Amino acid sequence: MNFILIAVIVLGTIALVSSVVLYVVSKKFAVKEDPRLEQVLSILPGANCGGCGFPGCSGMSDALVKAADNGSLDGLLCPVGGQETMGRVADLLGMAISNTEPMAAVVRCNGSCEMRPRISEYNGLRNCKAMNACGAGETGCGYGCLGCGDCVSACQFDAIHMNRETGLPEVDEDKCTSCGACVKACPRHIIELRKKGPKNRRIYVSCVNKDRGAIASKACKAACIGCGKCLKECQFDAITIENNLSYIDFTKCRLCRKCESVCPTHAIASTNFPQRKTVVETPKTNTDNSINKEETEVK
Amino acid sequence: MKLHTFKIGGIHPEENKLTSDVVTKVASLPKQAIYPLSQHIGAPAKPVVQKGDKVKVGTLIAEAGGFVSAPIYSSVSGTVFKVDTIFDATGYRKPAIIINVEGDEWEDSIDRSDKLETLANHPELTSEAIINRVKDAGVTGMGGAGFPTFIKLTPPPTAKAECIIINGVECEPYITADYRLMMEHADEILVGLDLLMKAAKVDKGYIGIEENKPEAITLFKNKTADDSRITIVPLAQKYPQGGEKQLVDAVIKRQVPAPPAIPVNVGAIVQNVGSAYAVYQAVMKNKPLFERYTTVTGKKIKNPANFLVRMGTPMRDLIEACGGMPDGENKVLAGGPMMGKALTTIDVPICKGTNSVTVLTDNNARRKAVQPCIRCAKCVNVCPMGLEPYLLATLSAKQNWEKVEAEDITSCIECGSCQFTCPSHRPILDNIRLGKSTVMSMIKARNAAKK
Repeated sequence: MNFILIAVIVLGTIALVSSVVLYVVSKKFAVKEDPRLEQVLSILPGANCGGCGFPGCSGMSDALVKAADNGSLDGLLCPVGGQETMGRVADLLGMAISNTEPMAAVVRCNGSCEMRPRISEYNGLRNCKAMNACGAGETGCGYGCLGCGDCVSACQFDAIHMNRETGLPEVDEDKCTSCGACVKACPRHIIELRKKGPKNRRIYVSCVNKDRGAIASKACKAACIGCGKCLKECQFDAITIENNLSYIDFTKCRLCRKCESVCPTHAIASTNFPQRKTVVETPKTNTDNSINKEETEVK
Repeated sequence: MKLHTFKIGGIHPEENKLTSDVVTKVASLPKQAIYPLSQHIGAPAKPVVQKGDKVKVGTLIAEAGGFVSAPIYSSVSGTVFKVDTIFDATGYRKPAIIINVEGDEWEDSIDRSDKLETLANHPELTSEAIINRVKDAGVTGMGGAGFPTFIKLTPPPTAKAECIIINGVECEPYITADYRLMMEHADEILVGLDLLMKAAKVDKGYIGIEENKPEAITLFKNKTADDSRITIVPLAQKYPQGGEKQLVDAVIKRQVPAPPAIPVNVGAIVQNVGSAYAVYQAVMKNKPLFERYTTVTGKKIKNPANFLVRMGTPMRDLIEACGGMPDGENKVLAGGPMMGKALTTIDVPICKGTNSVTVLTDNNARRKAVQPCIRCAKCVNVCPMGLEPYLLATLSAKQNWEKVEAEDITSCIECGSCQFTCPSHRPILDNIRLGKSTVMSMIKARNAAKK
């Protein structure tokens, strides 16, 4: 009986002393945290993707609160949550936000299996980065998609998938949050974040090959050969040609689609446009391919 | 007597030296010679010729593009066809000078006689004169990596060279180019070593030769019997003994610390036998580097052979000269099976560092199916740098760059012993290379930020 009593008294005293110590310490050394941090964090999506450029959502909430104290939220955007989330954050912090256009990832390579013949076989580690270090890859194009899917594994939103038939990645624009993880993962810098566009309509040069036209077209039938036809056609100065490669500036492009129809190699791609009513006369072959492309993208 | 070798790790791959006894043939001139502008480590060379220019054998066609760089000389006479991009051994299109071959006219300054010139006959050659001549002749390491030789001969002020080690190990399977060179030009190599020793101002020279080349060991021992400065060191057979750091360990029992330390930090300058021969030709014969010994080999190749080949010759020509490509699935490597680089096309030219063209066929060409790691730690046992390859590979695959750097990934010499020995055929080295290149660029960025 005595033992039990002693045990209870001893343990009880320890508990009492410890609780007093803990209470004093927690009061004395309490870390004063801005309550807004927690609130902003709860609004952010919690994906910790790093798309905003900060280490995870807590890093972003830190930056947002600091920016609010400095008086402006400009330049900060959660690509995943988009305008809606940023609006809620701005409300909470009592700030206004500037409207930024929604973006989407775009794969700038059209070198499907039929367009780009395989000239060798890669037998090493199936990984774009490893393959990129070993040379041009299985085709003669040293710039195009390697097809091992580093972008697919980098995407945390299940928005990018390999198309088995073409061997190229395809972006699901409904799921894409434009966090930019795929852009960083691609060793060949093929993927670009472009303006999502009205009704998701976009026009872009689907090629990054900087070789001379003759070499590029030998490696891939769908390569941009830098001929400059699109440059002449564009009325809005949206197109530049550098290193034998055309590029459409999406801030200037007005989606008139004139460049697309003059491109001799069909390197200029468009998404989500309705089928053209009049059949454009395209020289010789490749007509089928362009129609196929539209169909697959409609799906 | 117990033979010397390096202390840790190492493997014993099948030798397959098919061409050991095949006397070197002189390869026929190509129709078109191709000179990639980066055949060496460092900045690419800058072309000094234009389309339509006439060149002779030994004409300078591209000058050094920086301090760590090397000039390139024409190996043929003819007309410059164009300066364009071609697929080189890196697997990418890189700028190159292409020359249409017409006849075989040499520059008059080159001494084409076979007479052996020794250092005793040329007392006027100073250390600086030798180094300058080596630099101007575009001599780079002939063992594969292609580091400009003159830089190795001028060590940083913090280090002092004590000896020259000539690398006659040739531990890669299949390759015999260095062995044939040693058998056919022993005197020239010894003069080359003399020149290197004079250039580096040292009075001790070693030649490391593996025991599987007993004739070369005897030949060199006889030739240097009365020269106390030069020691021939027979080495036990083990891969990768030809690696600089392994060779320094094997020959003079000193360990080179982790990068950025280089062998000269422990007093040794390592040169390949091919480089020693090239130094001899550059200094004594005024002949710039435009020829080399190359082995064309493979089990299914009809007549594997060693060639004295003009650089710029497409590999296709050499393979045709050996009986053509075997039927079926082939894998062509620039270099040997352990460290060689697989090519996407055989139109790649022979460069300064191409010691071999190896054609692997059938089941050798393809990798075996990858299986899970069984934690046998064989890779740890064989790693000659004392690393833990399985750990480096896993960390690299998980992109844990900080950890992988802390595990000394930059010490990896990419010899491939780990992957060779792995019973599960795991792509260990592929992953390590990935991590190593990422960590190297991280370190570079960090150093740049510091400045």
